[in-house]
Order: sequence, then structure tokens, then C-alpha cells
Amino acid sequence: MGILISKNTKVIVQGITGTHGAFHTEKMLEYGTQVVGGVTPKKGGQQVHGVPVFDTVREAVKQTRADASVIYVPAKFAVEAIYEAADAGIELICCITEGIPALDMAKVKTWLKGQSRTRLIGPNCPGIIAPEACKIGIMPGYIHKRGPIGVVSRSGTLTYEAVWQLTGLGLGQSTCIGIGGDSIVGTTFTDVLGLFEADAETEAIVMIGEIGGSAEEEAAEFIRSEVSKPVIAYIAGKNAPVGKRMGHAGAIISGGTGKASQKTRCLEQAGVTVVPSPAMIGERAARAAGKKIVR
Amino acid sequence: MNIHEYQAKEVFRRYGIPVHDGVLAKTPDEAFNGAKQLAQPGKTLVVKAQVHAGGRGKGGGIKLVKTPEEAKSAAAKILGMNLVTPQTGAEGRPVDQVLIEATTKITKEYYASIVLDRQEAKLCLIVSEAGGMEIEEVAEKDPEKILKLHFAVEGGLSREAAAGLARKLTSDGPRAEAFEKIFQALAKLCAELDASLVEINPLAVMESGRVIAIDAKINFDDNALFRHPDILALRDPRQEDPREVEAKKFDLSYVGLDGNIGCIVNGAGLAMATMDIIKYAGGEPANFLDVGGGAGKEKVAAAFKIILTDPKVKAILVNIFGGIMRCDVVAEGILQAVDEVGVKVPIVVRLEGTNVKEGKAILARSSLNIITAETFSDAATKVVAALV
Repeated sequence: MGILISKNTKVIVQGITGTHGAFHTEKMLEYGTQVVGGVTPKKGGQQVHGVPVFDTVREAVKQTRADASVIYVPAKFAVEAIYEAADAGIELICCITEGIPALDMAKVKTWLKGQSRTRLIGPNCPGIIAPEACKIGIMPGYIHKRGPIGVVSRSGTLTYEAVWQLTGLGLGQSTCIGIGGDSIVGTTFTDVLGLFEADAETEAIVMIGEIGGSAEEEAAEFIRSEVSKPVIAYIAGKNAPVGKRMGHAGAIISGGTGKASQKTRCLEQAGVTVVPSPAMIGERAARAAGKKIVR
Repeated sequence: MNIHEYQAKEVFRRYGIPVHDGVLAKTPDEAFNGAKQLAQPGKTLVVKAQVHAGGRGKGGGIKLVKTPEEAKSAAAKILGMNLVTPQTGAEGRPVDQVLIEATTKITKEYYASIVLDRQEAKLCLIVSEAGGMEIEEVAEKDPEKILKLHFAVEGGLSREAAAGLARKLTSDGPRAEAFEKIFQALAKLCAELDASLVEINPLAVMESGRVIAIDAKINFDDNALFRHPDILALRDPRQEDPREVEAKKFDLSYVGLDGNIGCIVNGAGLAMATMDIIKYAGGEPANFLDVGGGAGKEKVAAAFKIILTDPKVKAILVNIFGGIMRCDVVAEGILQAVDEVGVKVPIVVRLEGTNVKEGKAILARSSLNIITAETFSDAATKVVAALV
């Protein structure tokens, strides 16, 4: 089980001939992901690590029957890439690209809300991985292990840290999703929490939030009424100054909203265990899942 | 990216949002000449410090005067000062320019702004009849005095919607009409220039009945600046932390803090978490620093140099979780930096992830005094202990 992807997921890489696209295509193939094609305009007919390159997503889908895509194209062209994938019938689009203008994403999000076929993960995210089955994105594969914990996060490397703690304790993951560090993202905490709640393999959920916006507050509201599985959360940026952007476009406390303290309070009120130190994520998740810790 | 009030007012003029005439002055003499141009019987002259922060009045950065001579002496006081306001932090901001305007009596102050509502993925027009004070304060004390109107980025703010909100704000016909035009102009400005915030506070009704934007604030989305070179040209690096400016050159993300433990981390989330864990272990982080995903040796070395320009830094914690970034490259970067800059403070290094063994081996082979840590919490404990 796990959510959204499996070993049967067929993936195409948009921007496959670029440095990042080619590098991660190789890594995804090594992990066992079915990378069936790549897309770069005017480079159709080439091959990258044995993967055929097409001029358009439509052509790639026609030839390979891909159902997912991952986007590594530069920010200026990323929004067009998202629309192109959606128009070609791709159901799951994972946009790794950082630096897309917020208003462009607002338009994309409005469009996404008006339909139900396509799901977008990201942008500005590490991607999604179903351990030992399928990896779509840039996360290091070997830190993962299959198991009962669902992981959802706004961060990249901090997610790796949490996953590494889990794996180190002998606790595997059902699916790990980085939803992205931008102000507006395609898939939210609430969406993923709903999917984990419905997934039979997932026994407990690790949620990693950070300062900025109110996605964690809405997640708390959702957890209160819709999630029965234990949720362990960590909110990064407790010591971040007001009005400063902390690396991620979306990580900024402004106008009195977006503070870690407020998010922590809402989540705790919804019954979530919020750990005060990021080093405690693994152990608390193990305890919540009722698992013996294997050292 | 932030811009100055005088620049924001220039943008407002382009969009037909009424503002006072003003003259920018870099010296007291320029202020005198400007004030002379603007002075009129019955009008008050205002001398306003141009810094990227609000609350200027509270810090002594805004002076009301009657004559050009007084404007000159006010400018002499304000220019060159390091203005500290509730929004600048203790370090303040340098004042290199003042804006001189001539104004008349204000009969009522309103508030208007547009921000991006992240959850709705729409722009949100926020207005209030309680202008002139901070909107957060109004939200706390009189939330019913704040009106909000969401509109899609595509499609924008319709005339009907703008008019409807204007009429909720005032029953006065001409005033509502002026508001309506201003709201629509603000919406257009936001969408066309990729503003992440545009704010008028106060939006004032003058004795004559005219509606004027007394102050102007615009923040732009950094990610969209590539398509607005004219806006990018308005950047004033003097208003930014010099270390942030230097970091940007190397594509590093840096934010200065008040503590004494310098941090070098890959990834924004992990960098924030590293600040948190230092504090949890009883220390104080000196900075946020994200070297990014694909950082090479040079970037790591640059990160060290930037951190060491902060005299408060008494120890450094390097926390790297290698994904795309390889630990051996980081290790080489550390050695290079220490070699080039001569790091005198203790360094605690925690490496994990891709090529961790090679990375650790490189550090072990060096003769440098580097404290290695195994886990995240181990690293925090060790760096706090290294301070004494």
C-alpha cells in the first residue's frame, strides 16, 4: 500500500537533459523507479541513461503510458511544464523546481482546485518516495526503509533527518512526501493527512511543519475531526525572527501570523504530540506507533 | 524585496494612486531647496527618513516643520542617523535620504492593503476605517473594523467588488468613488508587478475632501524579479545586513541573529531546526545559513568567511545531511576555509548522508582541531560545551 505511488508507477522526467534532470534520472533508476521517458523540447530521439527523450509530454505519454511526471526545469519554464503535463493527462505531477513566482502558483492552484484528475506535489520540494518501491524526486534513497510511518513535510533535508532517525530505530516508512517550502503548494498537509488516514499500511504519521502561513493550523483542524492515527509533529523555526524569510519562500512570520508557538498550540489542542527538539522525532514516532526500538 | 517610500510613491503615481508631491534630499541644503519649492501658505512640511522599516515616527525619523529653514535643520538631524524603530531591531538602519512633502490637515485616516492569501491562493484586499495605526493592533482590538475581500489573480478586482467594499467603508459618495479607484489601482499594481504586499497607511481624507496615500509600502516577490528589471533596479543594499548581501553573491541564504554559535547547514528546514536545537541545548544561534542543495567547496568556504565576519561568533556548528550534496565535498570545503581564513573558534561538524564515510575520513586525516559529532543532538550538546 502506501499512498499515491507504487512500484507500478510509470514516471517521465521533464527536463531530463539538464544537469539535475539527468543526475536524478540515474538515481531514480538505481532505486528501481520505472522511469519510462523524458521530455526536453527539441531533444526528442535522444536517450539519457537509456531512457528515451521526447519533445512533448503528450508524445511521451502516448508512447510510454506514463501516469506520473517529475519536473526539473528552471523556474521560468516550470509553470508551463506543469500545465503541459496536466494537459497530457498526467495524474501525479511532482515539481522539484524552486523559485516559481507566487502569483503564478496562485493561478495554478486555482486551476487545480477546479478539477480532480491531476494532483501536483510541490513546487520547491524533494518529491515523494514509497520506500523499496518507487522514488520520484531528489531524496537520497538509501536512508529509507519500508514500514508503518507516513511522513509529510514542508522541508527537504530536515525530512531526511527525520527519516534517518526513524530508519535508525528500525522503523520504516509507508510513504514520505515533501509538500514544498513555497507559499502556495499543490498538495497540502491536509490532503496528505487524509490519504495517510485512509492507508492501511500507515500506522502513525510524522508531520514536519515550519514557520509561515497557516497550513499547520488547518492541518490541526483537520486532524481533530478526521484523523484517528497518532500524529507526531515538529515545527521548525521557533527561534526565527519576525519578518525575515528563512530560506524557503514560504517561511516568514508576517503580520502576526505564521509563528511556531501558534502552530504548536493548535496542533497540541488537536491531540498531536509536538516534539520540542528535532532530535526527538524518531523516538516519539516509535513510541506512538507502539514499536519496539531496534538499536 | 523592499523599496523606499519615495520609490513606492513613484510606482503609485504610475498607477494613478494620489500621493503628495515630494522632493528627495540627500543633504540639508537639498532639503532646504526642496522645501522652498514645496512650501505654501497653510501647508505643513514633512521631513521623512527613507529606510526599509515602519514605525519611523517612533524612532524620530519623521519631523513636521513650518519653514524651509526648519526643514533644513530637521534634515540635518535625520540624515546620517542610524534609525532604530520597533521594526528594525537594535542595529537600526542608516538614513541616506529624506523625503520632503507639503501636507494639509487630515480629517480622517483609513487603511488599505493587498496581500497574497496563501491558503486561498487569492489576493486579499484588506481595508479599515481605523487607519494610522498598525493593522495588527486593529485586528487585536477592533477586528470588526477590518474588512476583507478576496479576488483571483486572474480576472483581478472587478469594479463592482471594489465599489461595494468602498461603500461599506464610507457613506460619502465622492470619497467612496476615490476609494474604488484606488482599490482597483492597487489590485492592478499587485498583479502586474508581482507585489507580495502593498500597503497604504494611512490612506487619508484631507480637509479639501481629496483622498491621498500619505505613506506607501510595497514588497516584491523575489522569485518574480527576473521579469521586473525596473523594480530590481530600485534595490538599496545599504538597507540590508551586509552579511546577507555578501551571502547572496554566493547564492547562500543568510539571516543574522543575536547569539554566538555560527551555523552552516544545508537546507532551509534543517537550518531552522539547527537553530532550534542549539537553543534547546542551552546555546544561542548567531545566524541562519542555508548553503543550498548543490553546494560545492567554494560555497562552504564562503559560508565560513561570512560567519566569521560576525565578531560575536565563538563557535561554529556545521550540520550537513547529504542528499544531493556530498559529505566529502563539504569536508574539503571546511578544510579549504580553515586554511584560507584561519578559523580560531572551535568547529563542531556533524555529517550524515551521501559519502559520509569519505567525508569523515577527510576530516580525520587533517591536523585541524575539529570536533566531530554523530547525531543531531550530539552536535548541539558539543557546540554549546565548546563555548567554555
